Amino acid sequence: MSNELKNPFAATNQERQARKKEKLIQLSTQFITWLLVIPVVAIIIFLVYKSWPALSVEFVTENPKVRMTAGGIWAPLIGTFFLVLVSLLIAAPIGILAGVYLNEFARDNWLTRFINLAVVNLAGVPSIVHGLFGLGAFVYFLGMDRCLLAASCTVAVMTLPVIITSTKEALASVPMSFRVACWNMGATKWQTIRTIVLPNSISGILTGVILQVARAAGETAPILFTGAMISSRVADSGWDAWVPYGLEDRFMALSYHLYIISTQWQNVPESFKFGTAAVMIGLVIAVNSISIGFRIYLRSRKKW
Amino acid sequence: MNYQVEFQDVNVSYGSDIALQNINLQIPKNEIFGIIGPANAGKTTFLKAINRTLEFIHNAKTKGDILFNGTNVRSIRNVYELRRKVGVVFPLPVGLPMSIFENVAYAPRRSGIHDKYELEELVQRCLQQAMLWDEVKDRLHMLGTKLSGGQQQRLTIARALSHSPDVLCLDEFSIAIDPVTTMKIEDVLSELKDEMTIILVTNLVQQARRLADQTAFFNKSELVEYGPTEKLFTSPDNQLTYDYVTGDFG
Repeated sequence: MSNELKNPFAATNQERQARKKEKLIQLSTQFITWLLVIPVVAIIIFLVYKSWPALSVEFVTENPKVRMTAGGIWAPLIGTFFLVLVSLLIAAPIGILAGVYLNEFARDNWLTRFINLAVVNLAGVPSIVHGLFGLGAFVYFLGMDRCLLAASCTVAVMTLPVIITSTKEALASVPMSFRVACWNMGATKWQTIRTIVLPNSISGILTGVILQVARAAGETAPILFTGAMISSRVADSGWDAWVPYGLEDRFMALSYHLYIISTQWQNVPESFKFGTAAVMIGLVIAVNSISIGFRIYLRSRKKW
Repeated sequence: MNYQVEFQDVNVSYGSDIALQNINLQIPKNEIFGIIGPANAGKTTFLKAINRTLEFIHNAKTKGDILFNGTNVRSIRNVYELRRKVGVVFPLPVGLPMSIFENVAYAPRRSGIHDKYELEELVQRCLQQAMLWDEVKDRLHMLGTKLSGGQQQRLTIARALSHSPDVLCLDEFSIAIDPVTTMKIEDVLSELKDEMTIILVTNLVQQARRLADQTAFFNKSELVEYGPTEKLFTSPDNQLTYDYVTGDFG
């Protein structure tokens, strides 16, 4: 009693224990979080170290030469660029429209739930299965043959579910009360979406799409049977160097190129393999940085 | 007599929950019609039934006829025009994420007014009626969501007036506003009565008494009674009503 009078804030035993536990939990979660950074940093350092002899501007801008033992990686790099571009041109509009329907128009019934389930499951399908599906559906059934278009369609199917999901989430983050206010003023659903919902979620939607760039660029399995080729003659300069592949041509891609020079090709300098990997990782980091920057920009101009 | 709003045997349910039961009432034109009653009595559902925004609640079912200006709202094909004829103000202020000017110009633009001067004039008139003009006239380009709660609520009122409604529904509009502004808006409502019918849902019983020509008392999804405000407050037919207005309810 007298003790309490002296210091009314003195900790009891139970409080002291609670504080100890709090400290312990905080430190252990913090430690584990820091551990996560180690593999990322290690991979980057390792790649840069191993690829250092090959890394140069010429490595990026020159085509593979002498059975890939010399030159650079321009042909697969530009191939990956077009693969990503075409696949997102297909997947982004479809995915965004589907996300808008599912979040804004669809009623909560068994059909909607079934579609949502299908989207979730499509996201969980392994990429090699997507590759085989693409081979059956686009290459054979639709008769596209192996080409940039068929591979892009396959990659598009693979990236669709994530684009749909991120679109839905971005739309759902716009408060319902905004929509109700507009409906009460006699705005149609589409007018509300166009004037209120989309302008306030477009950055979130685009962030989701941009994150899929990294995935489309990195996957090998979906393009393995649908259009990627081991080696292709690409012009060294001029217009043809920038647009070497048409939609109906087979193409080289970074991920497939890396797979080939690592496992199928003889006498490729080791620094070339690591250099290709380093460029790929660099692309992924660059694209993710853009998307993070986008998100910061989005937060800074949040309107409510 | 042609009523502004008329309910004939209206029942509303959400799934198995009944929200309104056997509502029969007439609201004459150019009147302030007060609605009082405890929580969960169906007051907000009543407002949503008028402009058919109940349709956005997917398990809501409406039976019976609701006449707006003599027309059954169910038969109205251009429901957006109906919603423009009904201005609604909700309890919690909602500033849309756009400039103050665009907030008020939103509905007029949707209905096809694009002339700059016409819009400017309209925005100014609505903001003045909502007692907000003097506070925002120098910063109309500012985001509506950055206003204070009370200002946003007045912005919401300005928006409800912007599509020149025949009926203005106020659902406990004064929750987020200070008493001084509330009194100012109450004065405005008395003036607006000449131009439109006003349905005033309120938790402040005395607010209904001050403003309403007629008052209805809702309880547990039912309309207990309605009639001239003075009668309802001094000699109601129903004991429940008497208990509620005198504060002995429950």
